[in-house]
Amino acid sequence: MHPILIIVFGPLLAAIVGGLGNRALGNTIVKSITTGALFLSCALSWPIFLGFIGGSYDPVVVPVLQWVQSGTMSFDWALRVDTLTAVMLVVITTVSALVHLYSWGYMEEDPDQPRFFAYLSLFTFAMLMLVTADNLVQMFFGWEGVGLASYLLIGFWFRKPSANAAAIKAFVVNRVGDLGFMLGIFGTFLVFGTVSIPEILAAAPGMAGSTIGFLGYRVDTIDVLCILLFIGAMGKSAQLGLHTWLPDAMEGPTPVSALIHAATMVTAGVFMVCRLSPMFEAAPIALGFVTFIGAATCLFAATVGTTQWDIKRVIAYSTCSQLGYMFFAAGVGAYGAAMFHLFTHAFFKALLFLGAGSVIHAMHHEQDMRYYGALRKEIPLTFWAMMAGTLAITGVGIYWLHAGFAGFHSKDPILEAAWARGTETAHFAFWLGAFAALLTSFYSWRLIFLTFFGKPRWAASEHIQHAVHGDHHDQPSEEDAGHDVAHHVPAPDHGDGTAGYHPHESPVSMLVPLGVLTLGAVAAGFVFQDAFLNQEGFWKGAIFYNENLMHAMHGVPLWVKLTATVVMLVGLAIAWLGYIRDTEMPERAARQLGPVYSFLFNKWYFDELYHFLFVRPAFWLGRKFWKVGDEGIIDRFGPDGAAWAVAQGTVGAKRLQSGFLNTYALWMLIGLVAAITWVLL
Amino acid sequence: MGGFPILSLMLLVPLVGGLACFFLDAKAARVVALTATLIDLALGIALWANYDIGGAQWQFTERAELFAGFSYALGIDGIALLLIVLSVFLMPICILASWEAIEERVGEYMAAFLFMELLMIGVFAAQDLLLFYIFFEAGLIPMYLIIGIWGGKDRIYASYKFFLYTLLGSVVMLVAMLWMIGEAGTTDIPTLMQYDFPVGAQTWLFLAFFASFAVKMPMWPVHTWLPDAHVQAPTAGSVILAGVLLKMGGYGFIRFSLPMFPEASAQLAWLIFALSMIAVVVTSLIALVQHDMKKLIAYSSVAHMAIVTIGLFAFNVQGLEGAMIVMLSHGLVSGALFLCVGVIYDRLHTREIDRYGGLSINMPKYALFFMLFTMASIGLPGTSSFVGEFLSLAGTYQVSTFVTLVCTTGIILGAAYMLYLYWRVAFGVQKNADAAAMPDLNAREWLMLAPIAAAVLWMGVYPESFLAPMRKDIAALDARVARAKPAFDSALAAARPEQVRKEPANAMPHAEGAGEGEGH
Repeated sequence: MHPILIIVFGPLLAAIVGGLGNRALGNTIVKSITTGALFLSCALSWPIFLGFIGGSYDPVVVPVLQWVQSGTMSFDWALRVDTLTAVMLVVITTVSALVHLYSWGYMEEDPDQPRFFAYLSLFTFAMLMLVTADNLVQMFFGWEGVGLASYLLIGFWFRKPSANAAAIKAFVVNRVGDLGFMLGIFGTFLVFGTVSIPEILAAAPGMAGSTIGFLGYRVDTIDVLCILLFIGAMGKSAQLGLHTWLPDAMEGPTPVSALIHAATMVTAGVFMVCRLSPMFEAAPIALGFVTFIGAATCLFAATVGTTQWDIKRVIAYSTCSQLGYMFFAAGVGAYGAAMFHLFTHAFFKALLFLGAGSVIHAMHHEQDMRYYGALRKEIPLTFWAMMAGTLAITGVGIYWLHAGFAGFHSKDPILEAAWARGTETAHFAFWLGAFAALLTSFYSWRLIFLTFFGKPRWAASEHIQHAVHGDHHDQPSEEDAGHDVAHHVPAPDHGDGTAGYHPHESPVSMLVPLGVLTLGAVAAGFVFQDAFLNQEGFWKGAIFYNENLMHAMHGVPLWVKLTATVVMLVGLAIAWLGYIRDTEMPERAARQLGPVYSFLFNKWYFDELYHFLFVRPAFWLGRKFWKVGDEGIIDRFGPDGAAWAVAQGTVGAKRLQSGFLNTYALWMLIGLVAAITWVLL
Repeated sequence: MGGFPILSLMLLVPLVGGLACFFLDAKAARVVALTATLIDLALGIALWANYDIGGAQWQFTERAELFAGFSYALGIDGIALLLIVLSVFLMPICILASWEAIEERVGEYMAAFLFMELLMIGVFAAQDLLLFYIFFEAGLIPMYLIIGIWGGKDRIYASYKFFLYTLLGSVVMLVAMLWMIGEAGTTDIPTLMQYDFPVGAQTWLFLAFFASFAVKMPMWPVHTWLPDAHVQAPTAGSVILAGVLLKMGGYGFIRFSLPMFPEASAQLAWLIFALSMIAVVVTSLIALVQHDMKKLIAYSSVAHMAIVTIGLFAFNVQGLEGAMIVMLSHGLVSGALFLCVGVIYDRLHTREIDRYGGLSINMPKYALFFMLFTMASIGLPGTSSFVGEFLSLAGTYQVSTFVTLVCTTGIILGAAYMLYLYWRVAFGVQKNADAAAMPDLNAREWLMLAPIAAAVLWMGVYPESFLAPMRKDIAALDARVARAKPAFDSALAAARPEQVRKEPANAMPHAEGAGEGEGH
C-alpha cells in the first residue's frame, strides 16, 4: 500500500469516526484519534518531500476508484504525487498536525470539541484530495470540500449571527469563483477532450493562438480558459474583488484561521496556477491578468491592514496581501518562487495566527489591540514566537551574508523576478510589491508594538472586566468580534491600566506548535531556497521551470536586490516612531488624512458596495418575482383566472364544481374512458 | 429470470396491497402497505441485478394483445430501470414517513399510495403509447386525492391548481398521440421511437407533448402549481411528488420528444433553453425570500429541473447522462429534504422557518442529515447532485456558453438560499422553547433518512453503478438525435499560421552575465 493512501484517507477516517462518535467516544478519544491521524500523515509526508529534494523519488499516480465515465468524458479518483504535491503535503500535514495539537489547549473549555476536531480532519482530507488531484474534477472536489470545511469551521460557534453570516458569505463568495472554475473545466473539456491534468498540460502549448467562441465572441482559446480557471483561484485565494469573505472568516476559532485561512486553503489558488503553469504559459493575456490582480491585491490588502484594530484582521489582510505576492510571482513566470513563498508563508503565517491565538487566550478573548500593550513580560514565549513570525514576514535578512528569516528568502526573489521579467506589467507589479513590502513591515511591527510594548491598556476591555469580576455571562470560549460598541464599563482604578488582571502564558500543547513553527519561520527559507528556486531537477517538470528567468533574477541591479530590505527598515522605522516614540502621532495622522483613513479603515467600502449591488437587489428581485411574477401575473391569469371563468360560467359548469373530490375523480375517469373509446372504436 | 413476468408482478403487488388496505384498520393497513412496498423494493433490486447491461435494448418484455391494436406491453431499458428503482426505493420510506403523521382514513391513504406506486412503475415500464397515457394520467388521481384529503388547510385550492395544470397539458398530448397512432399505424413505443415523422408535423407534435411534460417538470412559467401542491401535501406526498412525479416530465422528454421528434427538438431547443435560464435565476431568487420551508424547497426543485432540461436538449452524451443523474439525484435529495421538513413539522406543526432555530443543539443527528442533504442540494462534489449537474452543464457548454453561464449561476444562488435556510433552522440560538424541546430523530426517522443518505453518497462517489445501465440507451438516443444536432457557438478554430505562438508567455532570452550574482 502506497503511503499516500494513508496520508490522505487517514484524516478522512478520523473525521468520520470522530464526527459520528462525537459524545459517545468522548473528548479525549476523538481528539487523540484525529490528532494521531494527522501526526501519522505528517510523519509519512516528510520522507516523500525529502525524497524529492534528494532526487530519490519519482512522480507517481496511485489509482483509487473509477469515478465518472460519460461518453468521451472520464475521470477517476486517483492520487498524484509529484514535487508540487510533495511540497503541499508537508505544508498541509505539518501545519494541520500542529494546529490539532494547539487546539487541545486552545479549545479546552469548549463543549463541542469532538465536532471541532472532526471538522479539522475533514478539512485536511479535502485539502489533500485537492493537491493530489490528477484531473481538474477531483481538484474541484477538494476545492469544494475545503470550502465546506471552511464554512463549517467559520460557523463553528453557530449561535452567533456574525459567525453564521461570515460562514455563508465565505461559501457564497467562493461559489462566485467556482462559477469561473466550472466554466473553465467545461471549456477545457471542450477544447482538449479530457480533464486529465497531464494530458491538458501536454496539449496546451499546441493550442496557443487558436480561437474559440465564448458568449458570442471569438477569443483566444487558452487565454479565456486560463482566465476562467483563475477566477476560481481568485475566489479561494481571496484576491481583489473576491476577497471580502476572508476578513470575515476570522469569526472562526483562531486555530482555524491559522490552518485554513492562512497556511493551506487560501493558497489553493496559487497551487492551481502553478499546477497548470504550462497551460498558463500558453496564455499571455491571462498571465498579465494574474500579475495585475496579484499586485493589486498585494497593495490593497496591505493598505487596509495598516488601519485595523482587531489583531486577527490585521493578520488576515496580511495573508491576503501575501497571496498577492504569490500570484504575481506566478504571473511573471517565477512559479518556483511563488511556491517557495507559499511554503515559507505557511509556517510564519500559521505561527503569527497561533501566536495571536495565544495572546487572545492570555487576554481572555480580547482581540482589540487597543486594549493590549506591555504583554512582552507577561507572556514572553508567545512574544518571542510572534517576533520570529514578524521577522520572517517582513523579510529580515542580510543580503551580503545570504542569510535571513524565511520571508527574506522567499519574498525578495519575487520582487527580483518581477524586475527581471522586464515587461511593463511586471515592473508595475514590482513597484506595487515593493510599496506593499513597506506597508507589510509597518503593520506587522505596529501589531508587535501595540501588543507587546508600551503601557498596559487592558483596563478598558470588556473581556478583561469580565475576567476580573468573574461574570462569565456568555460562553467563555467564544471569541467576540464586533464588541467595540460596548466599552462603556468604567474601569476600576488600579492606576496601571491592568485592572488587576494577570495574563497567563498558554499551556504546553499550545507552546509546542509555536516552537516548531518558530523553527520553520527562522530556517525554512535558508534551508530550502536552493531546491525551490535553483533546481529544475527538484521540480521534475511539476511546474513550468523558467531557467532563463531564474538566471536573470540573479543578475538584477544591486538596488533591486536591496529594495526589499530598505523598505522593510523604513516600515519598521515608521512603526517605531508612531507606536513607541510618539504614540499620539497615528491619531494625528488619521485626523489629517481623514477621508483616506476612512477609506482604508472601511476596507475600500467593498462590503457596502457589494451589499448595495448584489445582496439587496437579489432579495428585492426575489420578492418581486414571487409576489408580482408568480402570484400577480402567472396565477392571476392562469389557474385563478380559469377558476373565475368557471365560476362565471353556466349552471351546468357550476354543478360540476361540486367541491367533492370523488366527483372530480369520477368525471376524470369518465373523460378518460370516453376519449380512449372514441379513438379505438 | 427468463420469461418470468417480474414487471407485472411489481404492478400486481401494490394493486393487491392497495385493495386490501381499503378493508383494513389503520394498524393493519400500515403493515400491509409497508410489506407491499418492501416486496416491490426487493423485486426492484432483483430487476436491477438481473438487468443485462449491454444486452438487448428492451428487457423483461411482456406483451398481451388486447383490442384494436391496443396492447398490454411492458418492458424496460436502462433509463426506465433506474427510474423504477428510484420509485420503489422511495416508496417504503414514504410509508414510514406516514406511519404516525397520518391518523385519519389510514386505509384509504395507504391504498392511494400503493396505487400511486403501481401507476408510477407503469409509466416507466409501459411500451404501448395508450397504456403509457393511462398510467401517466391516472397517476394524477391518487396524488390529487392525497393532497385534497390529507393535505393542509388550503388543500382544495392546491389540488385544484395541480389538477388544472396537469390535465390541460395532457389533453393536448392525447390529441397528438392519437394523430401519431393514425400516422404510424402502431401504438408500440419502441417502434415509434424509430419512426420518422414528417418534419413539419413534428413541431406541432413536439409542442403538444411539451405542454404536458413542461407542466410535469415543471418548467417556468407553468410551475406555480408545484409550491402550492408541496406546501399542502402531507410529507410523503411531497416526497413522491418531488421524487418521482416530477421525473415523469423528464422521462417524457427522453422517451418521446427527443427520439420521436429530433428535428423539432433541435429547432425548439432555444425555447427550452430560454425557459430554463429564466427558471434557474427567477426561481432561485424566489427561493431566497421564502418563509415557508416547503415552498423554498419546491422553488429550488424548479431551478434544479431546469438543469435537467438544458442537459436533455444539449444533444450530447454528457448532457443526457447528466440530466438523468440530476433526475435521480434530485429524486433522492429533494425527497430527503421534504422528509427533513416533515420530521420537524410532525413535532411543531409549522413550516414557518422563523419558528425554528438552533436545532443542532437539541437535534444533532437531525442536523447532520439535514446538512448532508443541504450540501447535496447545493451540488457539493462527492454527492449525487454534483455528478449530474456537472455532466449536464458540461454537455450544455458544448452547445451554448451563454446558457451554461446563466444556468451555472444556480450554484451560487443555490448555495445562498440553502445555507440561509440551514442557518435559520439548525444554527443560531434556540429562540423558541417548544422548538428547543423537540427530541432528536427516533429509530423510524433514522431508518427513513439513512438509506437516502447512503444512496446520495454512493451516487456521488461511484456513479458508475447508475451510469452503466443507461450508457447504451443514452448512446442510442444520442445517435438517434445526432442528425438534428444544432450548430454550437463554442466551436474551436485552429490558429492561423501567423497566430501560432511557439514560445511560452514568459519566455526570456538567456540573460547576459547570468549566474553572476548569487542567489540568496
